[in-house]
Amino acid sequence: MKIIVCIKQVPAKDAPLAIAGSWIKESDIGFEMNEPDSYALEEALRLKEKHGGEVIALSFGPERVKQTIKEALAKGADRGIHIADDNFAQLDPLGSAKILAAAIGKENPDLVLTGLQSDDHGFGQTGVLLAGLLDRPHATIIMQIEVQDGRMNLKRELEAGWFQRIECPLPAVLSIQSGINKVRYATLKGIMAAKKKEIATLTRESLGVSTDPTQKIEKIYVPTKTKKTEFITGTPREVAAKLVEKLKFEARVI
Amino acid sequence: MNILVVTEQRQGKWNNTSFETLVAAQQITSATSGTLSVVVIGKGVAGLAQEVAGENVAEVLLVEHDLLENYTPDGYCIALKQVIEAAKPDLVLFPHTYQVRDFAPKLAASLGKGMVGDCIGFRHEGGKLVFVRQMFQGRTVADVTFTGAAPWFASFQSGAFRADLLAAHPSRKAPVNAVSVGLKPEQIRTKPLELFKEAKSSVDLTQARLIVAIGRGIKAPENIAQAEALAKAMGAEIAASRPICDEGWLPMERQIGSSGQTVAPKLYMALGISGAIQHVVGMKGARTIVAVNKDQNAPIFEIADYGVVGDIFEVMPALTEELQKTKG
Repeated sequence: MKIIVCIKQVPAKDAPLAIAGSWIKESDIGFEMNEPDSYALEEALRLKEKHGGEVIALSFGPERVKQTIKEALAKGADRGIHIADDNFAQLDPLGSAKILAAAIGKENPDLVLTGLQSDDHGFGQTGVLLAGLLDRPHATIIMQIEVQDGRMNLKRELEAGWFQRIECPLPAVLSIQSGINKVRYATLKGIMAAKKKEIATLTRESLGVSTDPTQKIEKIYVPTKTKKTEFITGTPREVAAKLVEKLKFEARVI
Repeated sequence: MNILVVTEQRQGKWNNTSFETLVAAQQITSATSGTLSVVVIGKGVAGLAQEVAGENVAEVLLVEHDLLENYTPDGYCIALKQVIEAAKPDLVLFPHTYQVRDFAPKLAASLGKGMVGDCIGFRHEGGKLVFVRQMFQGRTVADVTFTGAAPWFASFQSGAFRADLLAAHPSRKAPVNAVSVGLKPEQIRTKPLELFKEAKSSVDLTQARLIVAIGRGIKAPENIAQAEALAKAMGAEIAASRPICDEGWLPMERQIGSSGQTVAPKLYMALGISGAIQHVVGMKGARTIVAVNKDQNAPIFEIADYGVVGDIFEVMPALTEELQKTKG
């Protein structure tokens, strides 16, 4: 099975966010593999271990995203594709999906996996858009994949604790739910092996894709509070005493 | 602005977020002096169409087909594309459900359009509609506008609008018009099978009066005992945000949020939880919310009644001790 995993690199979870117009200042902050995508990568590696084939890590963005591709290679992906683009963060979901679809189309994989959503933009649309653009069946929020005779039996998560079984033919596109598996760490051997693995570089020009934006982020800002929060300060002991008193006599909930 | 709302039902039961989206649509319709149409899609759902016709809408479009009995992304995309092409709305609105996430972006793309998903509100200023959505897991919000020609597509997050503000139809009866769509079995590539729930839970958090919930800030599974000691001293149930259950540190049935339980206890104490939207939708109905987090900008503080900026590993034992002392 030939599997492409779409992996986004996002600001580190604890990175301080300095807002700059419609995006953030990228200098001075760390970046990491989008956590939902790490579950998609793990699932791809497990499918390869079971059924054979190849896992390709595909990432889109400036030079720094190569580090995330290398991390995927160290975990066991066979090769990487980097769509180099400094203005990636300004693209709308349809625009970036069109460019990703062009790169994926060249490879003609059996399966494309994405994470559920990114921890930065949080559009949560890439997998579904890729399915449309590549004209392949898809399913999202997947908690289990079994491959049999060119078809997949899937467990899809619904809301409020419900699940559904779905049968889906290959080739296809799946968006993976976080928590589907236990993500592995890269081993030293894996990190050494990754140094010899290939990362191909593409650009939106070389892919011949032009995109007209369908939406524009005018600005981003820190949300205004909807509730007045009473902050309690002091030593831990003082905080505990004040809080217990407030919960007992002011809020009357304990 | 002419608006089309696509409602959601499963096996003849409404997804109630549909009515919240209908409220948003009524507000946008009145702000932009437009008309509001509502789509009810499925098989054997005429009763639901009559029901929604009692609300203040211009018309209800009833889209029925044998192949729409069970949801499939292919079936819904093909059918709704035909409905939208015929109705020619300016704006198509959806409740932001798991099902909508599964097909709406593809539906929009099949018409060459984009979608602004998971919105928490809108503003109408200078003749322009601005949609507001969260980014960076709720740490920031963004104003988003559409570019290019209509139709535009957007979805509203669960809880963004209050369904009890829904305005009824003046004569209690909007017209229900059946719309026929062409759909062939071979166009539907995935096969939906049974719906099921996992093994019965041993705990029902929806009934808990007090909840102590932990997030990423707990750092390691061995630290959970400290939170459990606090919960015990308070007589509370322990719960967690998604990453903790994904790691297997607490069972999935103790997960609060969009993919887990929705709770409304008297007290919700969030320890080391940043307050990502997916978590907040599951607990914002709590009467009193206490948040302890080392990051003073964590979005959880936006909805907290009481906030402590500090280290949970200092606050948890101090609180436990205080509660034990006062219990005496």
